[in-house]
Amino acid sequence: MAAIHLNDLAHSYMAAPSEDADYAIRRMNHVWEQGGAYALLGPSGCGKSTLLNIISGLLAPSEGEVRFDDRVVNQLPPEERNIAQVFQFPVVYDTMTVYDNLAFPLRNQRQPEHKVQSRVREIAQVLELESLLERRASNLTADEKQKVSMGRGLVRDDVAAILFDEPLTVIDPHLKWKLRRKLKQIHEQFNITMVYVTHDQLEASTFADKIAVMYEGRIVQFGTPRELFEDPAHTFVGYFIGSPGMNLARISLEAQGVRLGEGESAPLLRLPRTLLATFSERNGDLKLGIRPEFVELEAAALERSESESTEHWLSGQVTLVQDLGTYKVVDIDIGGGCVFKARIEEDAAIPHGRVRMRLPARWQRFYLDEHLLDVLPASAEVTDDVVDDKGGVA
Amino acid sequence: MSLSLEAVTRRVGRETHIDKVDLTFEPGSFNVLLGRTLSGKTSLMRLMAGLDVPSEGRILMNGEDVTGRPVRERNISMVYQQFINYPSLNVYDNIASPLKLARMASDEIRRRVHEISEMLHIEQFLKRQPSELSGGQQQRTAMARALVKDADLVLFDEPLVNLDYKLREELRHEMRSLFATRNTIAVYATTEPGEALALGGTTTLMHEGRVLQSGPTESVYHHPVSVEAARLYSEPQINLFEAEVRGRELSFSGAADAGSHGSRFVLPAPLAGLESGAYRFGIRPSHLGLAPLADDDLEFAVNVDIAEISGSETFLHVSNTDHSLVLHLSGIHDFDVDDSIRVYAPAHKLFVYAEEVAEGADSALIRSPTRADNIVPDTSSGGLV
Amino acid sequence: MQRTHNNRAWWLVLPVVIVVAFSAIIPMMTVVNYSVQDIFDPSTRFFVGTEWYREILRDERLHDSLIRQFIYSFAVLAIEIPLGIAVALSMPRKGAMVSLCMILLALPLLIPWNVVGTIWQIIGREDIGLYGWALGQLGIDYNYASNPADAWVTVLVMDVWHWTSLVALLCYSGLRAIPDVYYQAARIDRASPWAVFRYIQLPKLKSVLLIGIMLRFMDSFMIYTEPFVLTGGGPGTTTTFLSQTLTQMAIGQFDLGRAAAFSLIYFLIILLVSWLFYTAMTHQDSDDA
Repeated sequence: MAAIHLNDLAHSYMAAPSEDADYAIRRMNHVWEQGGAYALLGPSGCGKSTLLNIISGLLAPSEGEVRFDDRVVNQLPPEERNIAQVFQFPVVYDTMTVYDNLAFPLRNQRQPEHKVQSRVREIAQVLELESLLERRASNLTADEKQKVSMGRGLVRDDVAAILFDEPLTVIDPHLKWKLRRKLKQIHEQFNITMVYVTHDQLEASTFADKIAVMYEGRIVQFGTPRELFEDPAHTFVGYFIGSPGMNLARISLEAQGVRLGEGESAPLLRLPRTLLATFSERNGDLKLGIRPEFVELEAAALERSESESTEHWLSGQVTLVQDLGTYKVVDIDIGGGCVFKARIEEDAAIPHGRVRMRLPARWQRFYLDEHLLDVLPASAEVTDDVVDDKGGVA
Repeated sequence: MSLSLEAVTRRVGRETHIDKVDLTFEPGSFNVLLGRTLSGKTSLMRLMAGLDVPSEGRILMNGEDVTGRPVRERNISMVYQQFINYPSLNVYDNIASPLKLARMASDEIRRRVHEISEMLHIEQFLKRQPSELSGGQQQRTAMARALVKDADLVLFDEPLVNLDYKLREELRHEMRSLFATRNTIAVYATTEPGEALALGGTTTLMHEGRVLQSGPTESVYHHPVSVEAARLYSEPQINLFEAEVRGRELSFSGAADAGSHGSRFVLPAPLAGLESGAYRFGIRPSHLGLAPLADDDLEFAVNVDIAEISGSETFLHVSNTDHSLVLHLSGIHDFDVDDSIRVYAPAHKLFVYAEEVAEGADSALIRSPTRADNIVPDTSSGGLV
Repeated sequence: MQRTHNNRAWWLVLPVVIVVAFSAIIPMMTVVNYSVQDIFDPSTRFFVGTEWYREILRDERLHDSLIRQFIYSFAVLAIEIPLGIAVALSMPRKGAMVSLCMILLALPLLIPWNVVGTIWQIIGREDIGLYGWALGQLGIDYNYASNPADAWVTVLVMDVWHWTSLVALLCYSGLRAIPDVYYQAARIDRASPWAVFRYIQLPKLKSVLLIGIMLRFMDSFMIYTEPFVLTGGGPGTTTTFLSQTLTQMAIGQFDLGRAAAFSLIYFLIILLVSWLFYTAMTHQDSDDA
């Protein structure tokens, strides 16, 4: 049992890295607490597998240190780190039975056979592998094999952490659900630190208590699924988490508010003065972000002329409605080159033609050079008041 | 060009891989084959391509029998799960390869390669080798090669499986627009219900080498004709019950092993027309709720097994001695394991299936969910009510 | 419609059929034909039925030669297979040394059989051969021309020197095909090097080993040139193996009928033993409940 500390850790596959881009992992400090369920989420090539292999000891970092509690483990090979790892493609010892596979790590430690037996039986029961114990591992299905490789990590009582490297890649969707649930139950039962690497936000957020989102060798945000969803610290998190991702539009300041997008048709979004004042103090690329889940639609056609979108209502043209079963995604072209997506419930009326939409102030997020601007509490309060006033008018 | 399969069967040794499949694909249509691993999707595509010959039945293209005709004589492209490109050719030559084989004039080749690579956003990589591309770019190259030659039939065998989830979203989206203007038949195999829905077009549900249902995607999703079809086209899995209606009483039998008695309800109003007898009921996880919508919602007292929380929604797994249910709730709902709660199944959201398919009918579906409080039985499903 | 396609396809097979007919079937039938006749000259021949076969099966000289042959082949397998695996395991996995090792291993394979025989004949001589001389200096009385044990050892060493490389190269390619994750998983499970070998490498090498064992068995079972060049099958008949006995019979004594019957039995033995190896090694997969 241990907390895993990454201190000033960096890694490059090159012999003499000179610039940021040469690093697969850019200098980072991070702590995985003992007993946590964590996910490391990111697109391929973001460095998440590199980071996992550094933790397990399959790879030595070029800079910084990895500590398990107080112990620096940089120089320790994986076999001395008390770590178990489950790989993308299930690894089983083909010629052995399931029982022998599970017993293997214990026998390698020369544990007495009666202890091996009780431990293997216990883990087999947790993983629902009891009926397969006498089967040869080569004849199992992919999900059974993956359970066996998980089991080999769980049987050891000296394991400080289990690392998962996209363990559900080769599993059918309906079995993914079962297996993921099993994992979560195991975590609750065994109190082992688990780090789960994946590119799938649903897998990450349903498994983990806290998620580290990686992008270009950095952890751009570390937070609960809810934090990542509601307050993405970086535009990449906004885009990557959520399906579809966050609506993002470049904005430029005006006296009354901000213009969304560019060009003649760029619509104006009114904002409180205080907020605009904050923006004008900063230099850089400003963006507005809002989740499709929070965009509110009013299906009724606009009677006024197009350009006159009033304060908190924007008007736009529906260009696409996708029925995804449990919900629908509506694409709305609001001008200025911006297409916003709105997510509506299964039973909601299907919008078409011109629609009005509202971007509730408490869900508006602003980004300066892709990083979240900490302007939320003030803006939320002020604009909500305005909304209430406006509510009577609209 | 249209493609039809007539009672196509394929047996290998003693195993039947494809069992009497009848399907028709319209020109310019986008068709998804949805089924689990080994359900026969790949076998069926190989038959369509002419890589395998059916043991029985005929394959017609434009009404012409092409059953025994080899692949080379058909105008077909295929995109696989693995990113398959010629490793020694650069992206341009990879895409141009089918056109060169067809001895097309070189300026026409150039025009077409540029056109398709622009559509797939790889025009800036034309000079690169496949090994220098990311997975997504490699698969785009493979797709460009498949699309450049204006094939009559393009087959996709789980092409996005090895890509990032976000890239999948993008490519799915592009895929639809790529085919919107073509006269090509696209057939796309996947194991994921969500992917089938996102791609739209038509969906064919495959199970154990047979076609369970085929039709416009939305109608297949909203009106699966059998329990098996509903189970396949639901993620997470649909909640199912063995039900019995006796007069005004509705009962669900519990798990056989738990020594349970099942649950009893007064038959809710939307189901009032059901005759006494045995049925199977289903309800999608997204239709179960934590609060009743109407008085006659079916109520279950359950314990929480586990709550899986994503940023904006919660998958709640609950059970009691009789049933184990999954709820898909929007918003974040925190529960501890073993919390006692009540969950509600709105009656108008229930799927009702006949225990056995009536003679002459091709569907076991009696009733599918309706909108909100609309309790008029659904007529599009050809129900008995 | 399907049928016409099929018929046309048959013509494509025709060239193969012709080649196989001329290269295998016709010569084989000729041998069968010889084996049931007693031939004095092309015009004087008698049908003798299975007489040759019965005689061959009773021939003491052949029994001895067959036993020698089996002992020899199994000795070859017992040495070359483990040694080949060991060599493959000790080869570097990447870097410049890989190609160097490959070249060194490939060298013996490029040398013709009779040259190998000649090399070892000279090198093993007490008077002018390096090894023979060195052994003499060490006080070991070594003489392959007069001592049967020495002759055996020399022939075996020759074969091992010549062919272990083949097994090693096969195994090396097999080892390279094992994905890294298996080794990583084994390290994490704290498997000993022996356990890694026993439970990962050996199972994954099974298919290449099968090829290696079959090739080495068939080849060693037909050994002819090396002992012939070294000692002519001596001292006495101690290194006279089946193929040499056969040659003596066919060419030395021009006993064509007997030789033909003998070759067929020879052929069947190789076929039978190869089949036994094959089924023994592939059967393990299907013995599950």
